Amino acid sequence: MGAAPASRNPPGLGGRNPAMKIVTLVKHVPDATADRTFNAADNTTDRAGVDGLLSELDEYAVEEALKIAEAGDGVEIVALTMGPDGADAALKKALQMGADSGVHVVDDALHGSDALATAQVLAAAIAKVGDVDLVLTGMASTDGSMSVVPAMLAEHLGLAHVGFVGELTVSGATVTARRDGDVASETIEADLPAVVSVTDQINEPRYPSFKGIMAAKKKPVETWTLADLGVDAGAVGLDAAFSVVREVTKRPERTAGTVVTDEGDGGVKLAEFLAAQKFI
Amino acid sequence: MAEILVLVDHVDGAVRKTTLELLTLARRAGEPAAVFLGTGFDAARDTLGEYGAAKVYVVEAPELEQYLVVPKAEALAQIAQSSGAAGVLLTSSPEGKEIAARLAVKLGSGVITDAIDITVVASEIVTTQSVFAGGYTVTAQVTRGTPVITVKPNAVTPEATGGSVGAEEKVAVAFSDAATKARIVDRKPRAATGRPELTEASIVVSGGRGTGGDFAPVEALADALGAAVGASRAAVDSGWYPHAYQVGQTGKTVSPQLYLACGISGAIQHRAGMQTSKTIVVVNKDPEAPIFAMADFGVVGDLHTVLPQATAEIQKRKG
Ligand SMILES: Cc1cc2nc3c(=O)[nH]c(=O)nc-3n(C[C@H](O)[C@H](O)[C@H](O)COP(=O)(O)OP(=O)(O)OC[C@H]3O[C@@H](n4cnc5c(N)ncnc54)[C@H](O)[C@@H]3O)c2cc1C
Ligand SMILES: Cc1cc2nc3c(=O)[nH]c(=O)nc-3n(C[C@H](O)[C@H](O)[C@H](O)COP(=O)(O)OP(=O)(O)OC[C@H]3O[C@@H](n4cnc5c(N)ncnc54)[C@H](O)[C@@H]3O)c2cc1C
Repeated sequence: MGAAPASRNPPGLGGRNPAMKIVTLVKHVPDATADRTFNAADNTTDRAGVDGLLSELDEYAVEEALKIAEAGDGVEIVALTMGPDGADAALKKALQMGADSGVHVVDDALHGSDALATAQVLAAAIAKVGDVDLVLTGMASTDGSMSVVPAMLAEHLGLAHVGFVGELTVSGATVTARRDGDVASETIEADLPAVVSVTDQINEPRYPSFKGIMAAKKKPVETWTLADLGVDAGAVGLDAAFSVVREVTKRPERTAGTVVTDEGDGGVKLAEFLAAQKFI
Repeated sequence: MAEILVLVDHVDGAVRKTTLELLTLARRAGEPAAVFLGTGFDAARDTLGEYGAAKVYVVEAPELEQYLVVPKAEALAQIAQSSGAAGVLLTSSPEGKEIAARLAVKLGSGVITDAIDITVVASEIVTTQSVFAGGYTVTAQVTRGTPVITVKPNAVTPEATGGSVGAEEKVAVAFSDAATKARIVDRKPRAATGRPELTEASIVVSGGRGTGGDFAPVEALADALGAAVGASRAAVDSGWYPHAYQVGQTGKTVSPQLYLACGISGAIQHRAGMQTSKTIVVVNKDPEAPIFAMADFGVVGDLHTVLPQATAEIQKRKG
C-alpha cells in the first residue's frame, strides 16, 4: 500500500523488511454460548457483562496466515483488533497461535460504532501498519455477523477483495482463491495487496501450544488511539453511526410444542401433524 | 414517489424468487425500480413487470461477468446517485452483502443487513432483524444517506401486481481501475438436484449426525413434501453431504414455512441458521436433545424408522 505514512515501523519488526506482510483481523466478541444481551441505555451490544473471546471464525484467518508463513520465508503476521479494554484478549489468542505482533485500536469514542466506522478505523490502522500485502479476515463476526467489514475495508483502501474463500494459494504477487457460491464454484485471481475473507472450510485452526503460549508473552502489542490514526473522533461511535437501532425485544421463548414418543406410529403422527398444519 | 432500487438476482435472466420478494417489499416504501446487471434481460422483463417493477435500469457490460462484484457495485452506485433513489434493496447472499458493503461506502450511506421485514414509519424505512442466533428481534433504520438494505430470503410472500415494465433505461457505466482487480478465471455451475433452492424453499428437511451417513430417508421425505434438503455441519464435516447444503452460522440461513430437523441436536451455530423458521418439527432419539425446546412438533424416535413411515403416510394421503 503505497500511501502508508513514513513513520510506519510496524510493531516488533525492528526495521527488518519482511518478504510479505499479512494483517489478520481478529474481533473480540461476547461468547455465543453465554446469554448475550444489549445495554439498556443505548441499545448497543453488552460487551462488559458477558465473557468475551476471539470471534471463532477469525481463528481460520489466523491459521491461514500461519500456513502461508510456514510455507514461505520472511512472512510477518500482525494481528489487529478494534474494541474496548479487554479486546486485546483476542490479540493474545492470535499471538499464542503464532502471529508475530499485535495492534489494539482502543478509544472511548469508538463505543457504538457501526460497520462503516469500524471499516474506516481498521483501514486507517492497516495503512499505519504499512506495506501490507494481504489482509485476512473471518467470513463474519459471531456477534454482528454482517459479513461487510472486509469488503468495506477493501473499498477504503482501493484494494481487491475476495470474500468467503474456501481455498487459498499465494504465489508471487497473486492470490488464487476458490469460493463455493449458491449457484457455482468460482476460481478468482487477484493481485496483491488484497483483502481476503475465509470460511470455516479453509483449514482446521490449531490450538496454541505450550511453547506458543509462553512465546506470546514476549510478543509486542501496540495500543493505538484514534488520534494515532488521524481519525476524527466525531466521525465514529454511536452518535455518528449511519444507522440506529430503534427497539430491541427479546424473542419470546417458542411455546413448547407437542412431543410424542415413537411407539411404532411416530411417522404416522408426524404426517398427521403436517396434514393438520396444511403442509400436505 | 421516490424510487426504491431493487438489485435483480438472476442467472442469465432467470429471476430468483428473492428478487420478487424484494419488489414486493419495495412497494411499501416507494416506486420499485429494478436494476438488471448482465445479460439476459429479455428473459426477465415480464417477470419483473408482473411483480411491480415499473421501471428497469439495464447495464450490459462484459466486466460484470469477468470480475468479482466491484463492477456491479459501481454500476449500482451510479444508478443510485443519478436516480435520486430513496433506498436500495439487495438479497442477503454473500454477493448481495459484498455489493451492499461497497455501495454503502461509495454512497456514504448506512447499511443494514439480514432484514427479515421492512415497514415504513413516518415515511422512513424501518427494518426488522433477528440477531444473536435469533434470541432478539431488533428494529433499526438508516439515518444517513440512501438506505442500503439486504433482506433475507422468505421475508415476505411475493405478490404479483399484474403490471408490466413501463420504462427501460440502458445505462452505460465507465468502470474504474479498481473494478478489474479480482478476475473470475473459472466458474463451475453447481449440479442441479431437481429440488428447490435451499434458501428459497418453503419446506426444508435437514439431516445431522443422527443419519449415520444415510441421507436416503431424509431425501425421500423431502421429495414427498417438495422440500429442499439441508444438513448440519457434523453431517457435512463427515463428508455425508456437500457443504453447499449446510444450514447454520457458517452455512445457509433458511427461514422456511416448515423446517424438519432429523438427527440434529440443536447447537447454537445450527439454530442461528434456522431459528426464524415458522414451524419446526424434530425427529431425534434423545428426548433431552436441546432442539426439542424449539419444536412445534417432535417425535422421540429413530429417524430410520420414523421418516420412512412418515414418507409413506404422506404419499398415501396425497393419493
Ligand atoms: C446484533 C448487531 C446488529 C448490528 N447491526 C448493524 C447494522 O445493521 N448496521 C451497521 O452498520 N452496524 C451494525 N452493527 C454493528 C456492527 O456489527 C459492528 O460495527 C461491527 O464492528 C462490524 O460488523 P460485524 O461485526 O458484523 O463484522 P463482519 O463484517 O461480520 O466482520 C467480518 C470480519 O471483519 C473483521 N472485523 C470486524 N470487526 C472487527 C473489529 N472490531 N476488529 C477486528 N476485526 C474486525 C473480522 O475478521 C470479522 O470476522 C450491529 C451489531 C450487532 C452486535
Ligand atoms: C465456528 C463454528 C461454526 C459452526 N457452524 C455450524 C453451522 O453452520 N451449522 C451447523 O449445523 N453446525 C455448525 N457448527 C457445529 C455445531 O456446533 C454442532 O457441532 C453441529 O451442529 C452438530 O451437528 P448435529 O446436530 O448433526 O450432531 P450432534 O450434535 O452429534 O447431534 C446428533 C443428534 O442426532 C441424534 N440421533 C443420533 N442417532 C439418531 C437416530 N438414529 N435417530 C434420530 N436421532 C438420532 C442424537 O440424539 C443427537 O441429538 C459450528 C461450530 C463452530 C465451532
